[in-house]
Amino acid sequence: MSGLPQWTPELIQAEIDALKHKPGALLPILHAIQDKFGYVPTEAVPQIGDALNQTRTEIHGVISFYHHFRTSEPGSHTLQICRAEACQSMGSRALEAHAKASLNVDYHGTTADREITLEPVYCLGNCACAPSVRIGNDIHGRVSPEKFDRLVSRLTTRALELK
Amino acid sequence: MTTRIFVPCDTTALAMGADAVAAEIARQAKTRGAQVEIIRNGSRGLFWLEPLVEVETAAGRIGFGPVDVEDVSALVEAGLFEGAGEHPLALGLVEEIPFLKNQQRLTFARSGITDPVSVEDYLALDGFRGLEKALQLSGQQIVDEIKASGLRGRGGAAFPTGIKWQTVLNAPAEQKYIVCNADEGDSGTFADRMVMECDPYMLIEGMAIAGLAVDATQGYIYLRSEYPVAHRLMNMAIERAYAAGYLGDNLMGSGRRFDLEVRLGAGAYICGEETSLLESLEGKRGLVRAKPPLPAIVGLFGQPTVVNNVLSLAAVPFIMHKGGETYASYGMGRSLGTLPMQLAGNVKQGGLIELAFGATLRQLMEDFGGGTFSGRPLRSVQVGGPLGAYLPESQWDTPLDYESFAAVGAVLGHGGVVMFDDTVDMGEQARFSMEFCVVESCGKCTPCRIGSTRGVEVIDRIRANENREANLELLADLCETMVDGSLCAMGGMTPFPVQSVMKYFPEDLQR
Ligand SMILES: Cc1cc2nc3c(=O)[nH]c(=O)nc-3n(C[C@H](O)[C@H](O)[C@H](O)COP(=O)(O)O)c2cc1C
Ligand code: SF4
Ligand code: FES
Ligand code: FES
Repeated sequence: MSGLPQWTPELIQAEIDALKHKPGALLPILHAIQDKFGYVPTEAVPQIGDALNQTRTEIHGVISFYHHFRTSEPGSHTLQICRAEACQSMGSRALEAHAKASLNVDYHGTTADREITLEPVYCLGNCACAPSVRIGNDIHGRVSPEKFDRLVSRLTTRALELK
Repeated sequence: MTTRIFVPCDTTALAMGADAVAAEIARQAKTRGAQVEIIRNGSRGLFWLEPLVEVETAAGRIGFGPVDVEDVSALVEAGLFEGAGEHPLALGLVEEIPFLKNQQRLTFARSGITDPVSVEDYLALDGFRGLEKALQLSGQQIVDEIKASGLRGRGGAAFPTGIKWQTVLNAPAEQKYIVCNADEGDSGTFADRMVMECDPYMLIEGMAIAGLAVDATQGYIYLRSEYPVAHRLMNMAIERAYAAGYLGDNLMGSGRRFDLEVRLGAGAYICGEETSLLESLEGKRGLVRAKPPLPAIVGLFGQPTVVNNVLSLAAVPFIMHKGGETYASYGMGRSLGTLPMQLAGNVKQGGLIELAFGATLRQLMEDFGGGTFSGRPLRSVQVGGPLGAYLPESQWDTPLDYESFAAVGAVLGHGGVVMFDDTVDMGEQARFSMEFCVVESCGKCTPCRIGSTRGVEVIDRIRANENREANLELLADLCETMVDGSLCAMGGMTPFPVQSVMKYFPEDLQR
């Protein structure tokens, strides 16, 4: 769906084995798995625990502590809207409302066509050209509701072309 | 003759379309057969002008901005490739733009001038001169130079950097660490990001010097995951620094060692707090540790550790190269050197402003910022991030130094200034402060974890005019409990913006 490979225990193990020798390896491992497959499948937890000599509860505790990590499959694109103060001063509250209404999802939700997962974010460091939005690894500035619609339609048309 | 054209590559330039502009310039040059070299420089930090395209001429670099892809044709017609300055977007010599000219750039001296990942560019402008000098000194001599500079931590707490390094130097251990705090979570701040995206070798050099000073051979940069561009550029710079012998087991041929690695955070504001950050680096939940022991004594993996903000470490190469005294000749009172301030939010001319301590907030917002973006009256300013107070107009003449801000119950923090015009609802801002604490509390202590949730509820009742007077009293008590009873500044300072709204914008809690 998201253009990322489907995880398998072997593929997950390869990510773990590449990093487990680093000091403090857990976050790098979780990042690697999520970057590769779009999320950290629950099934990966015991595998990680075994490699790092930690209990499942400990690994779960870490995953759930950090907002960045997700345990279910996201849509093709993750779209983050900055909710922090500099963006608020430039109309991000209206932008949030527009985004939720036009995509018909709330935060952490995925659109019905599974194209877009909407997430909040607290500052993208683009605070002088607010409001800010991040789609994948691209950040966009001065995002008015109109610019938002353009960005979203570009995403969905591009996705169609790929199919 | 080849014309050199600069198109910045930092997050904000990219967010405003710099890649498309660079591609269009390249395309036009090709179709016209013009000899053009496009350099992706860092940003000058004049963000309202991004993408700010610069052309090298005999007289200096002239600028055009903000350039949209659609403008490129007309710019080329008007003689962009020949360095002609006649166009509505023309800005003249970039270094003469008052916003830039009126700054005192020590840390950001190279920002926007160089290709950030070019070692040659860095070397051409004093790069690695501080490291070269440090390699000839003892650890104690390096620490003494930092002490002489008067440098205080730029991450928020303003603790003297030299004293922190001394503690680590004095702590005997097999392995010590240098940890750079690049979690930059405060809204309205982007100076750390600019260092990493526009002049990353400066941070590498600062950390290597810190390693030599305290005898630490391993460094980590804890970088927030919200900064993908910084992540890419920083890693590229580290790789090249290894290849060129500025990292690794033989620093500049000296036989001394320093290794450096970037580690990504995972979207937790609290991991900017230094002990939470260390837990996170160790692969754990970011629960704040009780202090003492200080990280300088029991830090990463239990070893003595220097934890410093990006800007603190980035100031080090200048201090080593030019001397602590030179750095200390800027500033006022106990706030010495320069402070990179960041002007953001509803501002006409937002960006990075590095000045010696002592200018006023009003000068920043009016002389540099040019007022609000919307053109409406400015009403309120939050300084120092989400835990900083909102300042009303009566406080805008406060000088920008740690002590003056503390005297009015405010904080400078990491130097973020977020401006709001008169459409702001300060009741909504107060609510957000509590809400942010609900989302970002590490959960270790009750006043912060439960207090912030109660805070949101009480503010909701106040704003709905339910039992307003009693609830305002309750909110005041709750704020005091959080200030007094929280383990760290997350719970301990969340009340600051709320209290400032109650004190200076009470009418917004009455509507
Ligand atoms: C809630 C909270 C968040 C913080 N966030 C940051 C941050 O993002 N970056 C930073 O450098 N310091 C941050 N700090 C301050 C650090 O705890 C620490 O004081 C700092 O990294 C020390 O470096 P310095 O002496 O160079 O300022 C934060 C503190 C608290 C309580
Ligand atoms: S004040 Fe909040 S963030 Fe700080 S230790 Fe307590 S619960 Fe954690
Ligand atoms: S507050 Fe939105 S980008 Fe910084
Ligand atoms: S409950 Fe432990 S410090 Fe607050």
